[in-house]
Amino acid sequence: MILAVDTSLGTAVAVIDADGRTVAEASTPDPLGHAEVIGDLLAEVARPGITHVIAGMGPGPFTGLRIGIAAARTFALGRGIPVIPIPSHFAIAQAAGIQDRFAVVTDARRREIAVSVFDGADADGIPHLVLPTRLEKRGAELAEPVHEVAELSASALALVGARAIAAGRTLADAEPLYLRSPDVVQPGAPKRVSA
Amino acid sequence: MTTTEPLVLGIETSCDETGIGIVRGRTLLSNTIASSMDEHARYGGVVPEVAARAHLEALQPSIERALAEAEVTLDDLDAIAVTSGPGLAGALMVGVGAAKGLAVSLGKPLYAVNHLVGHIAADIVAGDAEPIEYPTIALLVSGGHTSLLHVRDLTTDVELLGETVDDAAGEAFDKVARLLGLPYPGGPQIDKAAVGGDPKAIRFPRGLAKASDLEKHRYDFSFSGLKTAVARWIERAEANGEEVPVADVAASFREAVVDVLVTKALAACQDRGVPRLLLGGGVIANRRLREVTLERAAAAGVTVRIPPLSLCTDNGAMIAGLAAELISSGRGASTLAFGADSTLPVTEIQVSPA
Ligand SMILES: [Zn+2]
Repeated sequence: MILAVDTSLGTAVAVIDADGRTVAEASTPDPLGHAEVIGDLLAEVARPGITHVIAGMGPGPFTGLRIGIAAARTFALGRGIPVIPIPSHFAIAQAAGIQDRFAVVTDARRREIAVSVFDGADADGIPHLVLPTRLEKRGAELAEPVHEVAELSASALALVGARAIAAGRTLADAEPLYLRSPDVVQPGAPKRVSA
Repeated sequence: MTTTEPLVLGIETSCDETGIGIVRGRTLLSNTIASSMDEHARYGGVVPEVAARAHLEALQPSIERALAEAEVTLDDLDAIAVTSGPGLAGALMVGVGAAKGLAVSLGKPLYAVNHLVGHIAADIVAGDAEPIEYPTIALLVSGGHTSLLHVRDLTTDVELLGETVDDAAGEAFDKVARLLGLPYPGGPQIDKAAVGGDPKAIRFPRGLAKASDLEKHRYDFSFSGLKTAVARWIERAEANGEEVPVADVAASFREAVVDVLVTKALAACQDRGVPRLLLGGGVIANRRLREVTLERAAAAGVTVRIPPLSLCTDNGAMIAGLAAELISSGRGASTLAFGADSTLPVTEIQVSPA
């Protein structure tokens, strides 16, 4: 059985069996409160016999995204099983089941969207990413038909993970898909305080 | 679960240190700290997003290192503990997510605890010393907090007497270091620069120490006015074409910070009739602060306890230690519903008890 955990949008967890069927699933679409709900949702689906944990690596607003990844890693550590990073947009493309070229779009806050362009699925049954994930201004004209969602299916994420494992492929780095650098400015000279 | 000497793993991510600690009751087995301090240096202070990213990277290897050092396995653990607050929200959340994942995976109880009270528990796991006596006044000074507490009982009764109304003392050190052209973190740099300086050369203001302020802010601290006073002093010297006497400025600034910290802490000891003072937080590394505290406390008949520095800075051992005390006193685990609370009040020693 494979457990998938994703907090790139709402909070979603699921367990699928060796045939790809959903054994248990729990989620909330709330784009905030990931830290509060992750434990109870995991407890709802956790069971013996899990062999891999799939971590949804985003893109997603910074703060929430990390909570699922952290929980996925420690859950795997607790069971002594591997954790496999998968970009979250693959789960959305998988669930969409669209055969042609299309754009998966999710909100990236600050009036921006995260865009990944897929074109059907490849020989391993994994959604075929044809343009790397990028940020666009909200309202920007996209060349592809848009599939925008505010929630994703952890079962679909688990399924992509299962296929990646079966094919021996790596779809994401260990580093989350942040897409933005931290908001920091190098300090200049100290400001004058005297009039 | 063993309630007399529970084996607890603690996770601390409230600021820029990823701390994993393992204790068996009051015995420290591991205190593993991964710091992202170097990554913040060029920004002159802790950048929350940078800290949170670093926590995510450091957590798993740190847990593995702590287990290896303690020579225990995850299955051996009686409970997991985690800092729920106060601290940087995004940083805290990484620890909370990790702690929940681990607790659910292992089917072990989870204790969500207060970071500031954890600083007090640090002394319990410090080893050699006799058990800490209550009540005690506690002065916690770091880059993130400056708090004065009255601790009647570690697990049930902690009162906040006062805290900083603006910058934390550690922040003041960082900012004044920048004024003097010194790198981050400021504490050790100011210490170095102050060598040979005259602490009485310049009389910098003591924040919230005037009679009119003492009424409302007897135990509160303020360091932003002090920082401005130092800036003004340097600007005036430069405007007059004088060379800034860095050693004197550093020594005098440090003296102002230390003076107000020690004066207020000892006032609390006296007002509350508590002849014991516990120090905690990273700024305790400041040698002058320890010296002045010991000197003036001795004169006032107050006993001072200072845990080893590795337990004064933020760490997971103090979080594990606090949870072990909660378990020993019969307290049940937290529910899984808690989150990160960046302003968690010190009276909430355990968060979300069942
Ligand atoms: Zn602290």
